This record gives sequence, structure tokens and C-alpha cells, in this order.
Amino acid sequence: MMGAQHVVADPGRRRFLLAGAALGGGLLVGCSAPTPEDRLGSPDVLPVREGHVALNGWVRIATDGTVTVAVPRAEMGQGVFTALPLLLAEELDADWDDVRAEPAPVDRIYANQAMMLNALPFGVEEDGWLVRAGSAALERLGSVLSLQATGGSSSIRDAWGPLRVAGATARAMLVQVAAQRWQVDASACRTEAGRVIHPDGQRKLGYGELASDAAKLAPPEHVRLKDPKQFRLIGRAAPRQDIPAKVNGSAVFGIDVRVPGMVFASLIQAPVFGADVAAFDGSEALKQRGILKVVRIPHAVAVIADSWWRAKQARALVKVQWTATPNDAYTSQDLARAADEALRDGFGMPYLMRGDAEGRIEQARKGSQASSQAAEDPGPRVLEARYHAPHLSHGALEPINCTARVHEGRVELWVSTQVASLARWRAAQVAGVETDQVTLHLPLVGGGFGRRLEVDMVEQAVRLAMQADGRPVKMVWTREEDTQHDFYRPAAWADFRAALDERGRAIAWHNRVAAQPPTNMATVRLLPWASSKLPDKSQIEGAFDVPYAIEHMKVQQLQLESPVPVGFWRSVGHSYNAFFTECFADELAHAEGADPVAWRLARLGAQPRHRAVLDEVARRAGWGTPLPAGHARGVALQGSFGSICAQVVEASFEGGEVRVHRVTCVIDCGVVVHPDTVVAQMQGSIVFALTAALHGEITVAEGRVQQSSFPDQPLLPLARTPRIDVHLVPSAHPPGGVGEPGVPPLAPALANALFGLTGERLRSLPLRPKVVAEATAVS
Amino acid sequence: MIQFQLNGRPVQADVEPDMPLLWVLRDELGHTGTKFGCGVGACGACTVHLQGSAIRSCVMPVVAVAGQSVQTIEAEGDAVLERLQAAWVKHQVPQCGYCQSGMLMAAASLLRQNPHPTDADIDAAMTNLCRCGTYVRVRAAIHTAAETPAPPKTEVA
Repeated sequence: MMGAQHVVADPGRRRFLLAGAALGGGLLVGCSAPTPEDRLGSPDVLPVREGHVALNGWVRIATDGTVTVAVPRAEMGQGVFTALPLLLAEELDADWDDVRAEPAPVDRIYANQAMMLNALPFGVEEDGWLVRAGSAALERLGSVLSLQATGGSSSIRDAWGPLRVAGATARAMLVQVAAQRWQVDASACRTEAGRVIHPDGQRKLGYGELASDAAKLAPPEHVRLKDPKQFRLIGRAAPRQDIPAKVNGSAVFGIDVRVPGMVFASLIQAPVFGADVAAFDGSEALKQRGILKVVRIPHAVAVIADSWWRAKQARALVKVQWTATPNDAYTSQDLARAADEALRDGFGMPYLMRGDAEGRIEQARKGSQASSQAAEDPGPRVLEARYHAPHLSHGALEPINCTARVHEGRVELWVSTQVASLARWRAAQVAGVETDQVTLHLPLVGGGFGRRLEVDMVEQAVRLAMQADGRPVKMVWTREEDTQHDFYRPAAWADFRAALDERGRAIAWHNRVAAQPPTNMATVRLLPWASSKLPDKSQIEGAFDVPYAIEHMKVQQLQLESPVPVGFWRSVGHSYNAFFTECFADELAHAEGADPVAWRLARLGAQPRHRAVLDEVARRAGWGTPLPAGHARGVALQGSFGSICAQVVEASFEGGEVRVHRVTCVIDCGVVVHPDTVVAQMQGSIVFALTAALHGEITVAEGRVQQSSFPDQPLLPLARTPRIDVHLVPSAHPPGGVGEPGVPPLAPALANALFGLTGERLRSLPLRPKVVAEATAVS
Repeated sequence: MIQFQLNGRPVQADVEPDMPLLWVLRDELGHTGTKFGCGVGACGACTVHLQGSAIRSCVMPVVAVAGQSVQTIEAEGDAVLERLQAAWVKHQVPQCGYCQSGMLMAAASLLRQNPHPTDADIDAAMTNLCRCGTYVRVRAAIHTAAETPAPPKTEVA
């Protein structure tokens, strides 16, 4: 995101940050990361299947030619069960109709190295030894941790090398066998649609006929990957593999798992953060039909029954006393006060220092005091603003659930998870067994959005199963629990100060962001000995990598503490930082009297990809063309997760409500592997972000979350969904992420549009314009 | 013992009369295509048909359906549902897929009552919630199944 023009005033600071990030994982900068070839894996990584032969750790070929690709990422609707096999099938020259996906087992070759790149304290596009070394160290860390995870918009970025190499390697082995049978030169053979073709162009051998002999060969050490011009599958439409089962009810999500002898559990969870069970009495519940046990686990009492509904109903009859905690009187206002104090103190970890922002702002302040005495000269000025975004819940439609069985020293686990390897590790840790004694089943995920990067449900289900006499226990949360026991998107506050010269042009930008650090918090949950005080890039991402060429910039992180647990929410820090920075950029454009698109373009000279995306979105949205009366447009641009996305929102007020009519979205996500999935992710991200911008807010009082079911936390309905136009910028850059980059620009683009309508600058989410409040008051 | 017709076949369940139909379908009868999303009738993931019309099964006591006909996403041979399912595949509607059984059942109920819905009709009938945000495609797929003109197509290039 930062290009050649980016100037680092204090490289020492950044080395320190990087060393912190690397040392946090016990690693030194300079380690090399496993290459795609290192990750090929041996065939015995894959489970044995009758009639199938594995050629490496990623692909099995059956005698009938069926190609099965191991997918080590969770299918959450983002299409990984299609896009990852597509990469392998491309290089294998498989017939797409023969290709199937199946969840991969847990193994180091499947560790998500690219996900760790999100922890780099600067943009991955930046070049230089420090970035290369830091990237390698973090990728290696991902491998060492064997972090088999789906998050950070990283699935394609991680798979881009290994799956294509695995496909090309398998293809070379199949060609070699065919060439030997025909006694011809392997290099003279071609492959097409699952067959090797003889140099005579006539004779053909199907992969199914060659696979068992190919498995006897050593894989070649080097393979040549296709030139993108030769791609037949990548970049073209391929129907998603997971869709047919999702339209006829046969798709199995975690909550649908049925295991013989299974019993069901419903929890009564401590309402106050940190509270535990002081005492409980389940005797009345036990008199009800089907109730088997009432047991205690940390922070909860569980009713176990022969039916989930019976367990849930019987909860009302269980008496629980909770321990007192220091959080019993905690409210969201306490965190707001802490943020205000932190921001007033002025301290913060610098993430970006370019030039002398604070000095220039001080100069401008003095200048403005002088010029205000000489009234006719506007002179230099300082623009200040404070922005805020609240805690948010994930609200995946499949409520949190997990099924576990603990029997004779073994654990069997069925869970919709984004972190297979951590789920297995946590289950083993809780049950006190080795990880190889845990059998993990990975059903479909009914919405992740970062919530299922946590393994709290695994711990709970295993603890219940340990008290269920060897029977499998399916634990299902209610919607209310799902809302009240989440790991929330951090609430955040940002202070901005900018120095404007006498012509109103921004010359200095100082931004401090106060929020709980989500990565540090998540790390401490997994590894209680880890430090919670390290610099946390995920808290400040999208703020320190603002793409605009402003001469003096300083961006600082302030870490807040709170009993409210925070975690990863689709686009993480970008979700609030984009709102802050892209609205403040709009304020600067208006302060200068410039058009908001023109203001941005003028500062993107060194960022050709950003510039092209912004240009394109303005053109496609008809920026500057007349609108119906009472409508206005707003724009925002945000690079995140290796991609660049811009959106123009057209909005109005109707019937006392904000109405969004149209969203135009342009993304440069590098090489596009599966175009329709990118479009679907942009459409979905826009709806997800619009829900948050208009309705999203989790508040805490008396130490507990005040919202519970959907009526308190409304999701945008179909009737309020705008027209959405998506355009993908053709690009030859390596793939970027697409699951998250569509989220950040929406809220600022909408807020900027609402400013255009009313002149009221909305600096707090969710967006509650005064005109709406007044209309509500009147009605 | 409560008896009703499920997808054209008689079924019975020995359950409390106030057990919601959803849990009878899922846990007693093993029909897990119908989903639990909120339990308060707000999200529509549990939508099934009772006597041909969409209802939210998480708030429908099973006793209320005794002797009646219930249809779920697993039903076979329903021409309207099949046309919608084909349109769903054509438009690649589902993402995570969790809400889609309910979406399809709500759409089937709509088309049965109103074979050629306008956008406003779709807005009014399709109150099911989707966290992945598939609404744009839901709308387009309903128009395809109903053979009514769709709104401006999402532009892709």
C-alpha cells in the first residue's frame, strides 16, 4: 500500500516493530519461509480411499479419473472449495467436471503462511530487505505454528503457489508414465482435460489409468508453471462446488451433525464478563422429561438432555448463583472515558512517522492565532476531529455449536471452525490427550466472519463430553448467547489533527487510534503467557497505511483495556479505520474546497493501482453527474488484505430513514481466480458493512451485553438492499484477498454521502443523522 | 403421539405438544435441512410450508400442525421449488448457505401465491435474513424462476 514515495523518518522504529512481531513468535528476522515445493507433502498425508491414489499431499486420482483436491480452508461460502481446486486443476490440466473437493486433514503443509502476512506492520506491497525478511519470518511462523486457519482474506494468497505446484507436479508424473508406456519423449506429450495425449495427437491415456504407476515415481524437483495466458480455468466461470447441496437441504453444517447415541446440551452462561458459577441447583430441571444431567463447566451451567429443545427449556428451572466480579458495574461509557483519557494523555506507539507532523500542526496553530487577529487573512489552520466506532457482534446465522465425544482417551470433534488445527489442539489440551488422539470432522461453516477463529466452543463441548459417560454431546447456543458471548469488533476512537496551509491544503496529518488490540487479545486467550502489550497491527491497519501523499504524517496506536472480549471481525481494524480516515480525508477535501475524488487523485501520484481504482469507480458511478433531487453521492477508497477497493454510495432520506439506492464498487485484487466469487464477496461485503453502518452497535451495562436476539441487532433485509454494481480491474499482480476488502469503504462512502445531503458531518457509527432522529421524534 | 404429513408422507412424533415444529423436524425426524437461526421467528432460517404457505417453524408448536401437511426443503417433485432451486444454482445464490433453505421456502410460498411478483412484492415477502448478503442474487433468482424481468443486472467486467 505504501509505494516508493513513502518516506520513513525513523526506520529504527519500524525495525523495532518488526522485531517485536517476529520475536513475539520466538523467531528472528531472517528465517526463510517454506516454499511451495517444500509444501508439496507426501501422499501418505492424505487418508487412504479405496480405488484412489495420492500423488502428493494435495491430490488423489481415482481409477475412474476423479480428481480429489484436499482443501485445508473452511468453506464458509467464500468459495474455497471451488477456487482452491481450480488452482490445482489448472496446472494438472484436469477435466473440471472430474474435480472434487474435500476437507484436508491437519498437517504442516497446509499451514496458512499468507495469513501471517497480515501481521506485518506495513503494507506487503512495499519492497526492501526489511519487508522481505519480515514477510519470510512471519510466513515461517505460520508454518511453525501449523496454523491451519481460514481468515485474513488469505486463502488464495496462500494457495497460489502450493496448489499450482502440486498440480503441475502431479501432471509431470502422469505424463512421465504415459511417455514410458508409449516409449516417447515426455516433453512431446500434451495434456488436456484429464488425459495425456500422444505426440501423434491420436492416442490418449486418461489420468485414472496412469495414476497408480505415477504414484511409484519420485516427484520432479522443479516444475514449470503456466504462463497466465495459458490459463483455461483460472479467471473463468466455474460453478461453485458447494452450491447444489445448499439448495436442497442436504448440506451438513456443524449444527446438523448427527452421531449415534448423541445427547444435547444447552448452556446458562455467566451474563457478566468474567463471572463464574458460585453455586447451582438443577434438581427441578432433572424432574423434566428427557433431562439427563445438569453439570458445571467454567463460566456456565449446562443442561444435558435427549433433545436440544428440552435442554433449552429446562434451563429456566436451574437456579444459578454467580460470583461477584470487578466488572459487575462496567458500562460502555467506562471504555469511552478510558479512551478519552488515553487520547488526552497524548502517548501512543508510533506506527508511521513521516516528516514532522506535530511540529507543522503546532506551527499552523500559532499561525492561525496570529491570522485570526488579522481577520481578513485566513492563514494556516488546524482541523481537528474525533471519530468513534462501537463494539460489534458477528451474528453468523448458524449459532455457535460444537459436538464432541470423549471416550477411552480419545476425542472426536465435529465443529464449524475457521481454525482446524487450533480446534484439535484445544480439544487435546482440555481432554488431557495428545493431539493425535483427536479425530476432527469439519462440516460446512454457516458464517464465520472471524467469530469461528475462536475455539471457546471446542473447550465447552469437550468439557461437557467429559461429563457425559462417553456419549457424544451436541452443544448448541441460542441466538441470545451468540450475541452476548461473542468476541466483539473492538470499539475504537480516533483523534485527528491536520495542518492546512494558507490555501487550505493539508500539509500535516496526525491520527491516534485508541482501541483494544484484537490480535493481542486473541493470542493471550490461546497462550496465556503471551504478552498483551506488543504493537498490534490489526488494531491500526488502515490508519497507518493511508495512501495519500501528505508531506507530514504521524499515526499512533493507543491500546485500551476492557473486560469486553474482542476478536476478529470481517476486515478487523480496517472496518473502523477506513471510516475514520476516509471521512477525515473528505473533511480535508471540503476544507480545501476541492472535489473529494479530485482531492484524493491529486495525492495518489505514487499509487497507480489506487489511482486506477478510484478513477474507475468515479467513472462507473457517474461521479459529478446530476442526481435526482434529495440524493447525494459519497466516495471512499481503502487498500486492505492485498487488494484495493473503492465504492461510491448514492443515498437519500426517505420516510425518515437513510436509504441507500446504489453502491458502485471497483476492486483491484490482482489476478482473479474465480470472478463470480469476487463479485459475490463484494455484494455480500457491502450488505454486511451497510448493516453495521446503519444498525451495528453492541453496548454493555452492568458488565453484560444489552442486545440479545436479531430484533435488537437488526440485519439489513432484502428490501433495504441497494442496487450493487461491481467491476473488477484487470490486473497481473499476484492475487489479493477478497473476503474482507469490500467491507471498509462502505461506511465512509455512506457517511460522506450523508454529509453531502445535510452538511452534517457524522463522526460516529452507527450513522444516526439528526434529520432521522427528528423524523423519528415527530412520528 | 402427534401425527402430520411431512413431504407427502405420514409421520408421527412422541413429543410434548409445545415442542416447536423446527425441533421435531430436526432432532426427532432427522430433517436437518430446516435451520435454527434465532428461535423467535425473526430470521426465517426455519421457514417451512404448512398447508402450502410459509411459516416460521421455530415458533410453531407441533400440536398446531397435527393432521396437516408440512413441506420442507427436502420435498421432492414440487415444480415451483424445483424451478427456484434451478434458478438458485444458475445465479450461484448461496454463500455460506445456512439461510438458503428458509429463503427458498419463502420464495416458493411467494410464487405459489403470486406467480409473477414485482420487486415490491419480493421486498414484502422476502423478510428472511442473510448474514452473507446474498439478497441481490435472491431477488434475481426469484425473477428468473418467475420469468419476470429482473432489475438492472449487476455489472461485471
